Amino acid sequence: MDTGGTVSAGESIVVDELGKTFKVPVREPGLRSAVTSLFNRKTKDVVAVDEVSFTINAGEIVGFLGPNGAGKTTTLKMLSGLLHPSGGRADVLGFTPFDRDKDFLRQITLVMGNRNQLQWDLPAVDSFEMSRAVYRIPRVDFVEQRDELIELLDLGELVSKPVRNLSLGERMKAEIANSLLHRPSVLFLDEPTLGLDVTMQRRIRSFLADYNKRHNATVLLTSHYMADVEALCRRVMVINNGSLVFDGDLEALSDKFADHKTLVVTLSEPVDLSDYGEVVDDSSPSRPTIRIGGDQAASVTSRLLAEQPVLDLTIEQPPIDDVIEQAFGVEVEAESEAPA
Amino acid sequence: MTTPLSTPLSTLRWYGDLYLTMARMAIIEQFQYRAANYMYMIGMVAEPVVYLVVWSVVATQQGGEVGGLTPRTIAAYYIVWTLVRNMNIVFTPFGWEQRIREGQLSGQLLRPLHPIHYDLAFFAGWKVVVIVMWLPIAAVLAWLFRPEIDPRLSQVVVFAVAIWGAYLIRSMLLWMLGMVTFWTTRVGAAFDFFFTAELLLSGRVVPMRLMPDWAQTLARYLPFESTFGFPITALVGPITDAELVEGLIRQAFWIVAGSIGVALMWRRATKVFTSVAG
Repeated sequence: MDTGGTVSAGESIVVDELGKTFKVPVREPGLRSAVTSLFNRKTKDVVAVDEVSFTINAGEIVGFLGPNGAGKTTTLKMLSGLLHPSGGRADVLGFTPFDRDKDFLRQITLVMGNRNQLQWDLPAVDSFEMSRAVYRIPRVDFVEQRDELIELLDLGELVSKPVRNLSLGERMKAEIANSLLHRPSVLFLDEPTLGLDVTMQRRIRSFLADYNKRHNATVLLTSHYMADVEALCRRVMVINNGSLVFDGDLEALSDKFADHKTLVVTLSEPVDLSDYGEVVDDSSPSRPTIRIGGDQAASVTSRLLAEQPVLDLTIEQPPIDDVIEQAFGVEVEAESEAPA
Repeated sequence: MTTPLSTPLSTLRWYGDLYLTMARMAIIEQFQYRAANYMYMIGMVAEPVVYLVVWSVVATQQGGEVGGLTPRTIAAYYIVWTLVRNMNIVFTPFGWEQRIREGQLSGQLLRPLHPIHYDLAFFAGWKVVVIVMWLPIAAVLAWLFRPEIDPRLSQVVVFAVAIWGAYLIRSMLLWMLGMVTFWTTRVGAAFDFFFTAELLLSGRVVPMRLMPDWAQTLARYLPFESTFGFPITALVGPITDAELVEGLIRQAFWIVAGSIGVALMWRRATKVFTSVAG
């Protein structure tokens, strides 16, 4: 396996045919199988990431989407040096992640929405102090960065409370602050808004956008909340069954995967439009909404304009969460449906 | 691109700052749980008190001493035992499974520091709390059992070094044992075997001089005595200066061997780490 190489100017992350295969023990149910497995242990290879290649430039925010088990988190773990790849090459800031060079680790962070790295029994500010020591941050810079993060994330007095007494959202904000004290250049964010209420999600989104702008940081973000992706990412990559199936603009994702478009038609008088497509909303009879095939927009629009008293007509792409859900069966959550 | 806020501190200064900061965290955290710590320590004193009473009875029945130990020297051995036992407490190998399962190890792996430093610094800080709490317990035990102890200055100095040497050796040993979890999760039996061997060949249950010759010979080739019997005997005696130096050399050997063992195992362990839980 080749794990060497460097990134070119402007490139922050270069991934070339990166793969990860896990060996998983296999055993049939039952006593006989249990006894047999003592002497003849069987395993099978599970390909979590299959020869994925992409490049991310410095300062880009990229959404990394896909169903559960698609390989998103495994990829992030390989890029942050937690997992040793089974094949391929990865360069992050010119380092091979799995070498876990100290200079590399000082420039990255991985935030996992479901994991807590703060000291549970101590105030977050004590964990910040520990990060200062671990990352060798000069005291003056540390105080400045810490206070700035506390202000931007609206943490205030919360950092003085033991972490166990904080709510999930408060803890996540403190977790993010702790992850950014050393001012990393590359942020791997795995569901950073998981389980947070809408207000807190927005706050974290706006903070991340601001951090990216101020420090030209590279961000690779996975989230099941499409609002996160839509608000932060122009570019998305979609992974499914370990393979990268899309890498491009967020808008182009709909063009590639959406099997339908939506027409909102304003009529001078109510008309039944069911001959033109599936009527999905007729609550306002003179302004129905119909769903048509993705490649029928031109023909249906021409017919409507020629045959019906149309005053106005809008063609809309389906919401991005619908596209993802349809294409991959991904369970996505709109902002309004996010748990509080 | 943003500039990380790291600074080129000298390595020694950096480690000094790290250890002090992390040990301070441990002290703050453990003082929060002082009641629980006290209960824990009082519970732990029960073990040496049983040994002390048993061996004192045996010594009395054998005409006032057993293997050259009188009830009062036995008392000295087991009172010092309580401090050495506390110095011996390190991250348990049973904790590795939880550490991996709950994703704590992943968090540590992402930081520019070998995770063993967290454990060494944390438990070193905890010991400061333990020593403060141990003093009144030792005073009560001394009042009850009247230990006979008269160390030379060299013994006191070597003891002060040896208890930290013991701490380092046991940290390395239990780290290596715990790292077996990377390859298999059902390692309880292996842990039990290790702890039984340690119990018998370290001087924990019985001062090594009371053990059969073959056990004493075997113990000389194993690290256990360096973590328990040697520090205690260094203070309580009888021990010559030459034996003190030999004991320190043995400890140094096991620290170096343990460090190499940890480094080699760690390198292989991280390659098979699947980070399944975060």
